[in-house]
Amino acid sequence: MEKHGESYCLGIESTADDFGVGISTFSGEILANIISAYVLPEGGIHPREAARHHAEVASKVLEQAIEKAGIKSRDLSIIAFSQGPGLGPCLRTGATVARTLASCLNIRLVGVNHCLAHIEIGKLKTGVRDPVTLYVSGGNTIVSAFDSGRYRVFGETLDVALGNCLDVFAREAGLLQSVGEPFGAVVEKLAAIGKKLIPLPYTVKGMDMSFSGLLTAAINLHKKGKHKLEDLCYSLQETVFSMVTEVTERALAHTEKKEVLLTGGVAANKRLQSMIKAVAEEHDVQFSVMPTEFAVDNGAMIAWTGVLAYTHGIVTPIEESFVKLRWRLDEVEVPWVK
Amino acid sequence: MKKPLLIKKGAEASLYLADWYYRKVIMKKRLPKKYRLSELDEQIKNYRTIHEPQLIHEAKKAGVPTPTTFLVDLKSATIIMEFIEGKQVKQLFSEISGAERQQLCFKIGELIGRLHKYGIIHGDLTTSNMILNPEGRIFFVDFGLGEKSKELEARGVDLHLMKGALQSTHFGFADECFNAVIEGYSRVLGSRIAKNVLDKIEEIEKRGRYIAERKGD
Repeated sequence: MEKHGESYCLGIESTADDFGVGISTFSGEILANIISAYVLPEGGIHPREAARHHAEVASKVLEQAIEKAGIKSRDLSIIAFSQGPGLGPCLRTGATVARTLASCLNIRLVGVNHCLAHIEIGKLKTGVRDPVTLYVSGGNTIVSAFDSGRYRVFGETLDVALGNCLDVFAREAGLLQSVGEPFGAVVEKLAAIGKKLIPLPYTVKGMDMSFSGLLTAAINLHKKGKHKLEDLCYSLQETVFSMVTEVTERALAHTEKKEVLLTGGVAANKRLQSMIKAVAEEHDVQFSVMPTEFAVDNGAMIAWTGVLAYTHGIVTPIEESFVKLRWRLDEVEVPWVK
Repeated sequence: MKKPLLIKKGAEASLYLADWYYRKVIMKKRLPKKYRLSELDEQIKNYRTIHEPQLIHEAKKAGVPTPTTFLVDLKSATIIMEFIEGKQVKQLFSEISGAERQQLCFKIGELIGRLHKYGIIHGDLTTSNMILNPEGRIFFVDFGLGEKSKELEARGVDLHLMKGALQSTHFGFADECFNAVIEGYSRVLGSRIAKNVLDKIEEIEKRGRYIAERKGD
């Protein structure tokens, strides 16, 4: 039975190293948001290992979420899942769980675009209505804004993602992270005591950015051993953040939107926040940053975006619920935004 | 001299319309960016203020209309250049017929071809950076992100940006426009080079992380 006639959507997120389950009411109240992170051994994410983690924790995380929300599984009206973009094995695990649930409960399934979900939860949680969004994480670097039915991509990376660039540098430089601490936070701490700006390639091409050359340059400089590590972290941060901030500013000038939203795992970085905030002030636009719980990959954003899609007539038949590893944000129609 | 009139506050620079020794000029002033470290800001501003007029000048040699530079003042990061009468291609696109648009895109493709043939990468090919003057000549402006290169990679990225700009701003007819651009481009550089650049664009797009065609891998 639905409580007070309210309907619920359960959302499953599994694009990369986190397995998350969130529950949202149809009116946008987030009742649960449980995330189980796959703790990386040395090196980057191994998709198959991460997928194994997801499969192992899935039922526990589902139970926790339902319990936290204080509902019964039969109260659910729809199941939403992140259908892409992301790592194949991880996505497939989440999709399998979603299909199983939907079939067992005999309710509809909604495939959600992961990048889109970051924007929609951002709008829900911060109250922005029509922002330029800078979404920066380990897998994505996208500057987007809504225009004519879709979120258009105004700028993006031409190669690796910004978060990935920081992670790889940290690993190559032999930095250590404590349990649960992202590499970005380690770099941020060191950068805070760095003082000397070491020139690194600053690569903005039109609205797009390239981080791979800069990453190689930073790693090589570290190997040469002439610079202090904190100065390298400082220079790396200053350079890459200036690049995304420049592109965000260009998108603001181009679209003349009145809000800017910062989200994704890298949004937690205070220095990046201060840069985007400075740009927002200069252009007299409102600056919002997502709280970390909803800025990182999470199930709540999938649940909420599932609600938006479902209430606008979008469902995903089981036979069309295959995962889309390279599903671009600007391929998705968003009829709920006018 | 009348007071310069701010006509566009871009992300990177402000453009002023001014009278300068009885000429109508554009003053392009790069503003300090508070978000950037002043040291980094100086480096970027200086680099772009020096390189832009050089590329503007080189482009003329390649046979691409650009405004004439009159003065470069590094201290204030200002470039004074000729004011080009006319309309931005961006505005024009929605006002003209499909056939006219095709023709315009073909011409734009030829001009990009000339730049690339001469080893100039524009770096920010968008329809707001192209102006059609009353005599029907298309002027390219804003070379601030440009560079000298004859590498396939640089050419590919340059045209990929053009494609992206068309898709984000003129999504209704982006494909037909881009095809016409490529036609003009291959007219100048030959179909073999054009094909190589097109293949490169495809490679660049696949490198970007999320492209549907790569679903199988």
